Amino acid sequence: MASHPYRDRDAMHQCVEAIARRVSRPWTLMEVCGGQTHAILRHGLDRLLAPAGIALIHGPGCPVCVTPTARIDQAIALARMPGVILCSFGDMLRVPGSGADLSTARARGARVQAVYSPLDAVRLAQRQPQDEVVFFAVGFETTAPATALAVLQAQALGLTNFSLLVAHVRVPPAVAALLATPNHRIQALLAAGHVCAVMGLAEYAPLVRRFSLPVVATGFEPVDILQGVLCAVDQLESGQARLENAYARAVTDGGKGDAQRLLETVFEPATRPWRGLGEIPNGALSLRPAWQAFDAEARFPFDQIPESSHPDCQAAAVLTGRLTPTECPAFGRRCRPEHPLGAPMVSAEGACAAYFHYRAPMEEG
Amino acid sequence: MNSDANVQGALLCPAPFSDPIEIRLAHGGGGRMSQALLERVILPRLKGEAAALHDAAVLPATAGRIALATDAFVVQPLFFPGGDIGSLAVFGTVNDLLMAGAQPLALTLSLILEEGLAIALLERVLDSVQGAALRCGVQVVAGDTKVVGRGQADGLYLAMTGLGTVAPDRHLHPHQVRIGDRILLSGDLGRHGLAVLNARENLGFETAFISDSAPLIEPVEALLEAVGGEGVHVLRDVTRGGLAAVLHEIARAAGLAFHITEAAVPVEPPVRAACELLGIDPLQLACEGRFIAIVPPEQESAALRALRTCALGAGAVTIGQVTQGEGVWLESPLGFNRPLEWGSGELLPRIC
Repeated sequence: MASHPYRDRDAMHQCVEAIARRVSRPWTLMEVCGGQTHAILRHGLDRLLAPAGIALIHGPGCPVCVTPTARIDQAIALARMPGVILCSFGDMLRVPGSGADLSTARARGARVQAVYSPLDAVRLAQRQPQDEVVFFAVGFETTAPATALAVLQAQALGLTNFSLLVAHVRVPPAVAALLATPNHRIQALLAAGHVCAVMGLAEYAPLVRRFSLPVVATGFEPVDILQGVLCAVDQLESGQARLENAYARAVTDGGKGDAQRLLETVFEPATRPWRGLGEIPNGALSLRPAWQAFDAEARFPFDQIPESSHPDCQAAAVLTGRLTPTECPAFGRRCRPEHPLGAPMVSAEGACAAYFHYRAPMEEG
Repeated sequence: MNSDANVQGALLCPAPFSDPIEIRLAHGGGGRMSQALLERVILPRLKGEAAALHDAAVLPATAGRIALATDAFVVQPLFFPGGDIGSLAVFGTVNDLLMAGAQPLALTLSLILEEGLAIALLERVLDSVQGAALRCGVQVVAGDTKVVGRGQADGLYLAMTGLGTVAPDRHLHPHQVRIGDRILLSGDLGRHGLAVLNARENLGFETAFISDSAPLIEPVEALLEAVGGEGVHVLRDVTRGGLAAVLHEIARAAGLAFHITEAAVPVEPPVRAACELLGIDPLQLACEGRFIAIVPPEQESAALRALRTCALGAGAVTIGQVTQGEGVWLESPLGFNRPLEWGSGELLPRIC
């Protein structure tokens, strides 16, 4: 493997040593990004940090995982409608709704197509004017601008057979909801670098003030993550609570204006349930009224679908950092990637999937 | 056929047995059109001894053991950078024989054609089959053609069976694997899977990913010559499911554990970068011109030397070793072991 400065073994060890020198007592940090969760488990950063007394808990950082079962049931219902093709990112296909998943629905005749970008769905709608193409728009502020772009493009092309089933969510309101929960263990927050790269840092300033909590914008490579941890520990040890940027090579204070304008044009904050966290004020994005023509919920008749997850699935506790995946009685036994009870076990960014893939069941299961 | 010809055709008495430019259902019906397709399109391109049109090819009997391998090919697109479904079928089948330590003797080819397939495209595929068979020194000696209705297949599917003979001293099998054996990989991973994915999904990568599809005759022969039949315990080509699937299958069959050093597994930087972008593990991407060899430790350096004398083994490296226990383990650069993920297989359907 070619040496990569942000995956360099010596650099990682140096960071860990610096953290160990700075630490005088145990600290608990939360990251809210599935990419970071996977990097932490994959590279064993949690094991490197444990001797120094640093515990990393994993927040609701996987957009697929926080999509409510009712939304997935709606997607399946759409895909079963005659004349409708449901387009989705691949890692959504095996996430269970209240019953089946999209992949099973496809095997039973529903029209489901995996795409790599929302623009693929626009092209499909253009190519197949006889079909209704619905894009299952899942993701944080990082993917929502591409969805917004797809809507603008569909409008420019005059497409009337393209629409969105919107499940986009916003990170800062969810973090605020977690921090407002009594007895949470979060002493500092590693803010997801990619979301900050798009949105800038301003949204976190009120959280820092309200909860007196160090917040550090942090990248995804192992050395980036360890540098974020070092900054957070440094603040904690010196009794500070600041908004800090440990990922300056990608994150600026203002973020990416173009992407924010796209978001602003097409979407507005909305209140919808998150899986595991319930309704979060302004925790989601909806199409603005001017774009209702592209809203699948308005275009297609839906029965009211109740939210219902598997009774043995502890996704809510995992997504809020109250439970480590391996502490779940079903982990690795009744719940495995090939037959998941809940989304975190099957999504590419899910915390349970990270523990399943990167930890030996006999060690910690 | 231009529109004038169509108009003319409509006015005149239709002539169904003239040479159409696309496959018709009748091409698979066993009648005169089937015969015409066979005689004009298929047989001239596959110059096997099967030109004798009997129900079965008859081959001289050989002493010792024979190896038999069969595979179906449904790749989309049919033509991709670095190969196509025809050469893929031949190389894939020949490689499967080689992995059993066999010398390829003959191939059979079944064609499943979709009504409406351009005959010119079928001809290109058959030319590719023949070119690949020549390169492997083997012939297609029997075959079959079926046509299914439009929409019931994706253009063209192939099924190929290969027959080979196994030298008496060769007993390649996962049961031969011993604790302490070294696991060798013949080259870098991921090119075929990414080339096909990029071509199929128009991912728009600027790097041109070229499939590694190739026959492994040279490196396998070089290896077996250098260390002998006893000096290699298992050979396995890294195909569908990638290195991860192959290692898991062998470790399970052998009833032992494999420990792989993550940093030793070769993946070219553009492949790695594309995989990271797509969220794909390069260890789960299909190859069509790479294989692993599991050899006793005392043969490790001779085996690597032999492999590296061949173009298709130039990048050969040791990636790990066999230990007591079970499962496949990946040692990270920081020295932590984690289980190597055995993908569900849904990641890249229909890569080969």
